[in-house]
Amino acid sequence: MTRRTVVVVGAGPAGLSAARAAARAGAEVTLLDASDQVGGQFWRHASRPAHDEHRYHHGWSTFTALRDVVASHPRVTLLTSAQVWALERLDDGVRLRVLVGPADASGREHLTLTPDALVLATGAHDRTLPFPGWQLPGVTTAGAAQALAKAERVAVGDRVVVAGAGPFLLPVATSLLRTGARVLSVHEAATPASLARGWGSRPAGLLGAAHKTGELGGYVGTLARHRVAYRLGEAVVAARGDGRVEEVTVARVDARWAPVPGTERTVAADAVCVSHGFTPRLELAVAAACAISPDRFVVVDDGQGTSAPGVWAAGELTGIGGAEAALAEGWVAGHHAASGAVDDPAVARAARRRDRSADFARRLEAAHGIRGGWTAWLRDDTLVCRCEEVDAGTLRAAACATGSADLRSVRLTSRAGLGPCQARVCGRTVAELVGADAASSPGDATEAPPAVPDRRPLVVPVRLGDLAALPDDPT
Amino acid sequence: MTVDVVVVGAGIVGAACARALARRGLAVTVLDRRGAASGTTAHGEGNLLVSDKEPGPELLLAQHAARRWPSLVAELDDELGGARHGFPPLEYDPKGGLVAATTTAGAQPLRDFAARQRGAGVDAREVDVAQALELEPALNPGLTAAVWYPEDAQVQPVAAAEALLASARHAGATVRTGVEVVGALRDGDRLVGVRTSGGDVPAAAVVLAAGPWSGVVAARLGVALPVRPRRGMVLVTTRMPHVVRHKVYDGDYVGATQSGDASLQTSSVVESTAAGTVLIGSSREQVGFDERLRVAVLREMAARAIRLFPFLADASAMRAYLGFRPYVPDHLPIVGPDPRTPGLWVATGHEGAGIGLGPVSGELLADLYTGAEPAVDPAPFRVDRPAVLAAAPWAPPPSDTPAPTGTIEEAS
Repeated sequence: MTRRTVVVVGAGPAGLSAARAAARAGAEVTLLDASDQVGGQFWRHASRPAHDEHRYHHGWSTFTALRDVVASHPRVTLLTSAQVWALERLDDGVRLRVLVGPADASGREHLTLTPDALVLATGAHDRTLPFPGWQLPGVTTAGAAQALAKAERVAVGDRVVVAGAGPFLLPVATSLLRTGARVLSVHEAATPASLARGWGSRPAGLLGAAHKTGELGGYVGTLARHRVAYRLGEAVVAARGDGRVEEVTVARVDARWAPVPGTERTVAADAVCVSHGFTPRLELAVAAACAISPDRFVVVDDGQGTSAPGVWAAGELTGIGGAEAALAEGWVAGHHAASGAVDDPAVARAARRRDRSADFARRLEAAHGIRGGWTAWLRDDTLVCRCEEVDAGTLRAAACATGSADLRSVRLTSRAGLGPCQARVCGRTVAELVGADAASSPGDATEAPPAVPDRRPLVVPVRLGDLAALPDDPT
Repeated sequence: MTVDVVVVGAGIVGAACARALARRGLAVTVLDRRGAASGTTAHGEGNLLVSDKEPGPELLLAQHAARRWPSLVAELDDELGGARHGFPPLEYDPKGGLVAATTTAGAQPLRDFAARQRGAGVDAREVDVAQALELEPALNPGLTAAVWYPEDAQVQPVAAAEALLASARHAGATVRTGVEVVGALRDGDRLVGVRTSGGDVPAAAVVLAAGPWSGVVAARLGVALPVRPRRGMVLVTTRMPHVVRHKVYDGDYVGATQSGDASLQTSSVVESTAAGTVLIGSSREQVGFDERLRVAVLREMAARAIRLFPFLADASAMRAYLGFRPYVPDHLPIVGPDPRTPGLWVATGHEGAGIGLGPVSGELLADLYTGAEPAVDPAPFRVDRPAVLAAAPWAPPPSDTPAPTGTIEEAS
């Protein structure tokens, strides 16, 4: 009997869990991750984990158990440094194009996979709203600061301001403290009122909800012990410095995140870590023609199946739910991708765990979702697209001069989003600035949004020499 | 309210028609199912070429276009204030094109082709290897023949289309996007406007300028028009120092444009953009409106580009996009009234040459509409030519989506 083949892309909590469940259900599993280690962003760690590694991570023992299972399971092939660079839709499935080897090396090995089932667990990266001076060295995404702290035990600076929105700011600040940095303050743009909307009416609502997700409660305690102020309804609205950040302007913001005039104050800092939420990595899901929701997550059914035949999805790709939800979703996705038994009790338990955190994404959006007033802190000369150095004034002028609210046209005439990052950083910001996000093409209301910023047939840049050396497909 | 003309399609051809008609005092409304310049216009390379055209009517139109573009760019810059008012630059650049054969077999056909073009008044200069390398120092020195075409030029197609539309608006035209044509308004045989997703739009005349979707829209208007989509892909590299100086093609490009073969054809078109990326085109496939990525196509394009410019092997492609060209069986644009349906006018079918030929096609249509003396002979482009009437109208293959979405990736 030929076993069912399942490819899992992404070896974070969701992908590891999916690989384990799929193997347990009898499938032949290939687990791919672009990084040189497994664990994803959540369990990013030093290349040789330290004896006290668990102190830096939540659920470290869960990770090591999963890692050991997938590493030793006879039906799991684990490939790290394996970058899926394209996905082709065939008449009867999908074909993945993979390059295996160090990312910057030439002559990486080609791998072409046509599995019976595909589980996408590609995760999310943090989204950062631009502000004057955000391109200065010393300003980083919270995710980058977190990765540096977890993997290298290196702090991004000595006097650090953490700002943005969402519970993720808390573990970032905690990681920074562990590396010995002085965290001056954490500024959460959400106002107390919207926090209450999302997490409940008591001021402790966030902590309560955070605690339910199993990881955040401890962070707040750590911040309190280090006397780090956690300030609500505030944002970093500018950074300044000669060659690198030296000071930031913090202001109060209203419920729509517009800065309140007269509340600005200057804080001396040599690093700013910013995150305003998460954007799922949708390239492969879009390439597979999976239905995407208006808030840009992959739509899945009870079994984590997408609208694309043979494609399942789990983790942050389907909604920001945290590691516990990702583990549960991965289990359900892997099991069904492997055509596991429908009445499997372990899967039923995983589905219940998943359902318990189903409300998390909605609460997160209600409490911390980006509000439109933030554009008031932009100046005309504030860079929006850093790759192509397009500022807000140029963007607005291009939209105004052409009378076009069409995202594609504005991007092509201004070049915003056409650089190496391919609009991963600025795509949604540009859409919001030119008013194209909701307004474009009402005629397409039932289709995927036009000019999807996440449509990237080449998932990552590929050397033309590698492309030309691709072997023939078996016919 | 009845307008004089409703133009269906806000790509470069529709924009050019709208501008030319509006500047002659006609009340014009432009409709587009999506956004302005969001279809084929946004998915090509901005080629303004004479080098790829056999002597004949299309070459005559291209030569007229090559003469017209510089004055058109000056007019638009004058009118819109160019960069002074934040209008995106059109990046018009008469940089010239170099066609190089890389095989022994390809050398003589290229020389013969260039000789025929010279007979038709094209500036087509045969150059030897040393001269070719002087023009393009990074070119593969193993080339077997090369021809230099100083008349070839490049433009940023979306900016050009947006400028034509802005100019049309200045002349009184209205542009409505997100409005899809769903049927005809008729008075007997006569077309008197269109039914749309945004209500009826009565008009004395309808100009069909929907590019590769023209066959689909024509069918909704009750008219058969053999315009088919011909798919093309383009690769874009990351920014690099300015190495590729002109438009550079391999000699096979010549044969490919003139062939109707549905199977995959690739030929290399390599050029730098103002932004510092290098565009690598292009493929030709007749697969309906199928938007699915085919990596094998990209592989062929990469291999051919490397054969022309070996240094590209180490360059990285950061984006791939695909689009659909409006293909007509005899490879000629369709411009003029449709005598079968009074009130219907057509401007489409430019295949891969619509950016270059769009503006003069719009002016030609306006000449015909207003009874002015046309600048070029319109007869070869007429709707009721045998090759158009005899061809079967385009019908989607069974597996195709009936209403192509055109959600394709951006250019350059």
